[in-house]
Amino acid sequence: MSADLRTTYMGIELAHPVVPSASPLTGDLDTLRRLEEAGAPAVVLPSLFEEQIEHEEMEVARLLEFGAESFGEATFGYFPELDDYATGPGTYLDLVNRAKSTLSIPVIGSINGTSKGGWIKYGKLIEEAGADALELNIYFIPTDPKMSTAKVEQQYLDLVMSVKESISVPLAVKIGPFFSSIPYIAHRLVESGADALVIFNRFYQPDIDIDDLKVRPNLQLSSSTELRLPLRWTAILHGRIEASLGVTTGVHTSEDVIKLLLAGADATMMASALLHDGPDHLRRVVSGVEQWLTDNEYQSIEQLKGSLSQASSPDPGAFERANYMKTLVTYAGPFV
Amino acid sequence: MNKKVATIDGNEAAAYVAHKTNDVIAIYPITPASPMGELADAWSANDQRNLWGEVPEVIEMQSEAGAAGAVHGSLQAGALTTTFTASQGLLLMIPNMFKIAGELLPAVIHISARTVATHALSIFGDHSDVMAARSTGFAMLASSSVQEAHDLALIAHAATLEARIPFMHFFDGFRTSHEVNKIELLSDETIRALIDDELVREFRSRRLSPDQPAIRGTAQNPDVFFQAREAANRYYDAVPDVVQASMDRFANLTGRTYRPFDYVGPSDAERVIVLMGSGVGAVEETVEELSRRGEKVGVVKVRLYRPFSPSAFIGVLPATTKSIAVLDRTKEPGAIGEPLYQDVVTAIAEEESAGRTAWEAPPRIVGGRYALSSKEFTPAMVAGIFAELETPEPKNHFTIGIVDDVTHTSLSYDEEFSTEAEGGTRAVFYGLGADGTVGANKNSVKIIGENTPLYAQGHFVYDSKKSGATTVSHLRFGKEPIRSTYEIQNANFVACHQFNFLEKMDVLAIAQPGATFLLNSHYGPDEVWDHLPAGIQKQIIDKGLGFYVVDGDKVAGEAGLAGRINTVLQTCFFALSGILPRDEAIAEIKEAIAKSYGKFGETVLQRNYAAVDGALAALHEVEVPSRVTAAADGRQLIPDHAPDFVQRVTALMMEGKGDLLPVSALPVDGTFPTGTTRWEKRSIADEIPIWDPEICIDCAKCAMVCPHAAIRMKVYDPQALETAPARFPSKDWRSRDLPGKKMTIQVAPEDCTGCGVCVDVCPAKSKEIVRHKSINMRPQLEHVDRERKNFEFFLEIPEMDRTEVKTDTVKGSQMLEPLFEFSGACAGCGETPYVKLMTQLFGDRTIIANATGCSSIYGGNLPTTPYTANDDGRGPAWANSLFEDNAEFGLGMRLAIDAENSQARSLVSALSAGIGESLAEDLLSADQTDEVGIAAQRDRVAQLKERLEQIETDDARNLLTVADALVKKSVWIVGGDGWAYDIGFGGLDHVLASGRNVNILVLDTEVYSNTGGQASKATPRAAVAKFAAGGKPTGKKDLGQIAMAYGNVYVAQVALAANNIQVVKAFSEAEAFDGPSLIIAYSQCIAHGIDMEKGMSHQKEAVDSGYWPLYRYDPSPEKHHPFHLDSKKPSIPFKQFAWQEARFAMLARSQPEEAERLFRLAQEDIDERWSLYEQLADIERNVPGDLEEVEA
Repeated sequence: MSADLRTTYMGIELAHPVVPSASPLTGDLDTLRRLEEAGAPAVVLPSLFEEQIEHEEMEVARLLEFGAESFGEATFGYFPELDDYATGPGTYLDLVNRAKSTLSIPVIGSINGTSKGGWIKYGKLIEEAGADALELNIYFIPTDPKMSTAKVEQQYLDLVMSVKESISVPLAVKIGPFFSSIPYIAHRLVESGADALVIFNRFYQPDIDIDDLKVRPNLQLSSSTELRLPLRWTAILHGRIEASLGVTTGVHTSEDVIKLLLAGADATMMASALLHDGPDHLRRVVSGVEQWLTDNEYQSIEQLKGSLSQASSPDPGAFERANYMKTLVTYAGPFV
Repeated sequence: MNKKVATIDGNEAAAYVAHKTNDVIAIYPITPASPMGELADAWSANDQRNLWGEVPEVIEMQSEAGAAGAVHGSLQAGALTTTFTASQGLLLMIPNMFKIAGELLPAVIHISARTVATHALSIFGDHSDVMAARSTGFAMLASSSVQEAHDLALIAHAATLEARIPFMHFFDGFRTSHEVNKIELLSDETIRALIDDELVREFRSRRLSPDQPAIRGTAQNPDVFFQAREAANRYYDAVPDVVQASMDRFANLTGRTYRPFDYVGPSDAERVIVLMGSGVGAVEETVEELSRRGEKVGVVKVRLYRPFSPSAFIGVLPATTKSIAVLDRTKEPGAIGEPLYQDVVTAIAEEESAGRTAWEAPPRIVGGRYALSSKEFTPAMVAGIFAELETPEPKNHFTIGIVDDVTHTSLSYDEEFSTEAEGGTRAVFYGLGADGTVGANKNSVKIIGENTPLYAQGHFVYDSKKSGATTVSHLRFGKEPIRSTYEIQNANFVACHQFNFLEKMDVLAIAQPGATFLLNSHYGPDEVWDHLPAGIQKQIIDKGLGFYVVDGDKVAGEAGLAGRINTVLQTCFFALSGILPRDEAIAEIKEAIAKSYGKFGETVLQRNYAAVDGALAALHEVEVPSRVTAAADGRQLIPDHAPDFVQRVTALMMEGKGDLLPVSALPVDGTFPTGTTRWEKRSIADEIPIWDPEICIDCAKCAMVCPHAAIRMKVYDPQALETAPARFPSKDWRSRDLPGKKMTIQVAPEDCTGCGVCVDVCPAKSKEIVRHKSINMRPQLEHVDRERKNFEFFLEIPEMDRTEVKTDTVKGSQMLEPLFEFSGACAGCGETPYVKLMTQLFGDRTIIANATGCSSIYGGNLPTTPYTANDDGRGPAWANSLFEDNAEFGLGMRLAIDAENSQARSLVSALSAGIGESLAEDLLSADQTDEVGIAAQRDRVAQLKERLEQIETDDARNLLTVADALVKKSVWIVGGDGWAYDIGFGGLDHVLASGRNVNILVLDTEVYSNTGGQASKATPRAAVAKFAAGGKPTGKKDLGQIAMAYGNVYVAQVALAANNIQVVKAFSEAEAFDGPSLIIAYSQCIAHGIDMEKGMSHQKEAVDSGYWPLYRYDPSPEKHHPFHLDSKKPSIPFKQFAWQEARFAMLARSQPEEAERLFRLAQEDIDERWSLYEQLADIERNVPGDLEEVEA
């Protein structure tokens, strides 16, 4: 008998824990369909960005009105007037709506921003468009040396509370790893209303073009080596917070998934690997997980989940600083 | 019945009816009629239907001649058809109008009456266009207000069906077409009730159809033409009664009564003014005021001008009339009088001689001209005319509103006379085009017009600059309908939305005592006083003004609307004016914001709401001190060394006081001195580029791309620096060609528009701080004083000797003096750098024919013009003829120059003995292919002139007048894509085929830029433009290919930012090519919906994507492979380029699937064209003999 792959992620039962996370693949109805065919248990749609909403609205208004009522021969501006410039979330909501009506798996909408503002009402609109849950991706890069850690954290908490108040579907909060105390902020976020934490946001780090001397955005797909960071914090957080744990970054293979489940993840999120190998990769990963469970005589995911978390590990120190020391002193490479 | 009101302008009022009552609408954009076509197109695009449930087909044609042809054909084939036009557009329709009338085809042309170009173009309003069309056989119905433009539009459509005579329905351009006024909107039922379907069926049954074949448009001979021409007489005879009947039916339905002639005034009036159009409002107000004072004056409003019914006219004229002034808003030089005057004289004479009059003695009739080109026409002027009519010998053929000190036609009048009542609100707002003042004021008029019982009127005045333009809004609100068809003269509310206007214009001259003055000011209520000019302080005190300040920029900035102060100031207006209770006003403003901005999304809405909420807290009353504390205004607008004409004439226009100039001050033939923009220091930039010589790499790109010649490069001898100001920057010029020289990049700090394009293209970056370039935008206020001195010195540095410069290089070209500077073009304009380059390369021997459009407006709109001359007094000579004829106009110049050259050469030969065989031989055989040769020939011509002075023969005197033609001249035919691809294409084609040596520069913005962004045949597939709201479905016309097909035309397609040197080479080769040359220049434009600061980056992407391939086609005999592809294979997809521009991106938003389809096709266009061009690059071609024939 094959193992029971089901898992529960923020109250939603999933057929298995390998979820396609937000990426261009989940922004298109055709690829969404292919992901479902490949066995995706749910999908996280790409994020609707705060900046995208606000900036685009302002830019469209600015550019289309530029020059209007300024020159006697072109008093009405330079573009035909439309009733709706579709600047808002209309296209996105349409995607949610169509994804929901096309797919039979849960659809998780996503918004990305840093501050409370008019834009958060789009969370509600996404819910109304049919999303089964919402992922709030908080992407804040502090640059002001006078802004305290506490203030930064409060901003996160305020935002989570505002969004949580406005919706009734489950809320997942996706954060980055750059906190003084991940367990503390995780705890506070859950207190503020997060039904799940997704760790970690993989910031797109800018690059510098040394020919042009320009800073350029640079998207690089992740690799399995990046799994270590979320792996550790999954192990630490598991059992310590009253919320589901979704883990993303570096999830490429069935081995990666199993490691995260052992550490305590409720769901694992996959993007780079699917972008690289296509939607069918998902089927292979799931079948690898299933095979491993069978080979190792696990009956269910639930049985496996968190069995090697810090709380359950025979070597709790392995997830702490000691691990760092050990790694360094035992490292052996071509130059040592 | 519930009457529905609307607050709309005259264009919308007329177009509304036209769209309801027609099947087909064929149009072409022209100011001020364009909005009618745009609205009709938008309504059809929005699926709005006509009376018969159909969506009218709106089609944009290539010209008004084309539109008229399409109208004619559509009428012949049985569709109810209309069009909208003005001015030159109407003139182009005239041939078809004769046909349409001759064939008794019922139709209405709605016209925003506009001045016809004579000594100058004018976009403003008068009746010279409609009067020029009065012999076409069209009936003419004149509306004098926005309500009438609505009502008479319907009456015209109703009457034409019954009368079978086509109608011109006209109203005054700008004054009525653009005035926003509260009107009663006609219901569909009313429109339906007036349009008789039986007549529509009859019209349709007369259609040309193979099912009932007939022939029209025959050629007739002397035997019958005349009789046939008379055969339709009874139709014309019937028109006045038909119109009256329509008006009566209309009155029954609406309660608004009209007659072909309407009289207002006491029944025993002795003095009567006759006129038509918007001036009626001012006259009617004056008649009422003077009647109240006991004067016996009246006015006849002419509505049905053609056919003119003498009996109807006499019927309304009081029998007591002793004197009549007939006012014409047109001038017909050489006529006994203007048309309406002549008609009135004839009508009275005929009725009198037929014994059909009731008076004791016929009245004395005088005619007068008024308000040409939207000149103001005020009650004071009307009172002046009535006063003149009271004199025993009233002046005939008078003018009013000007001072004619030459032929003394003008009447004087008491300027203090006013009919402006005590009650009501009269508010005047001074703003910038860019700050949204007009838009907010239009909203205010709508708010009050549509939500209160008050009547509301908005009239808006724009200046002729496209960058840093000022706007003045005149808003009236009151309990009675507002007929005041003139600008506010005594305002009880004045708002100045830009603090720096206080230095530039007398914004308070218009304020009446006790008025409220609202100033947008960074300075708070406690400190603002000390920053006001003395003149403003004095008026605030003397007139007892209530003075308020608000920091609109701060409030807007905090709301996330930097620079858009409109909402803040609008809120303050409502708060101060008290027209509505404050809470109600705020609610209404927010609702208006939702209507205006809701389409852009929630963020825009919320930010505007925040601005409203922030405004009231930031509004403060200023405690006005009892005395003036500022020093007297000592500023001098124009320096003493400016030319006399500039000081006497131009200066007044610059100050906004051009109305004061008498006739004698103006040239008799439209000839003006060039080089006057340099005297108009506008200081419109917040930031200007400042040069850091430490990093500069001498590339000259900044100077090359500057749209306004406001950043310049000079290379000079070090000695020139001896008298330099202390902090004048310079550096060594690094070049083997010109060793030991210094160079400076200098900004013209008061002429720069602050567009930032120079900084965007500057490739030199600091090693330490990469964002610090060799030029950087810095606050103008902090740098203007020093840079002004530096610029003055910079101008004194001698220009490079042109013979020492390699002119066909980028650096070389930028060492040459630009002879096109500081135009009023948009900040970041993509066209002007090409024009400037042309003047640098050839300006001292160039004559320019300029098509109407952006380039003629920034090139030739008064008060100041940008083409200028060098120290030798040589520079471009420029003229604009029309929109449609520019290629032919330029060819004519070439023919004249060639004729003069030919004459000069003959005379040199004939006089060779007298002037010296050697000089004569050298003159005739001179090689003028480069600057050295041209300089040498100029020296020879100078010698020739000296020698000719000594020869006392007619030949010598004749040669003196044409001797300059011996120096090579360069003819440039310049215009936009609307001209080259559409309206002027036939002429352009003919000129290309002529083989003559002309250079054609097409500034291709891919859209009608000047008239507000209508699609042209240069508009690319997938771009959204007016008349292509769903994205242009077809590809751009390949004008270059068409020209290349001749085989003997030099053709280049260029984009400045993508390849500087290719542009310079193309210009040089085109000019050198002894035959027709065509340069198609990519010109970014605000109509593309881009950030203009980054315009050059867009150019580069246009080329990188293959969207705009660069090439040169040089058919010179030595070039066996004439086609040279100058750009590299496309390296980015079209989408990547297109997504950066709102013209493409907005389709992707509004219609994503259609956008996807059109984007795919656009990419296929690019791929296919690139493949074609690659193949062309291998083609060998030599066109036999053509070039030799031309030379022969």
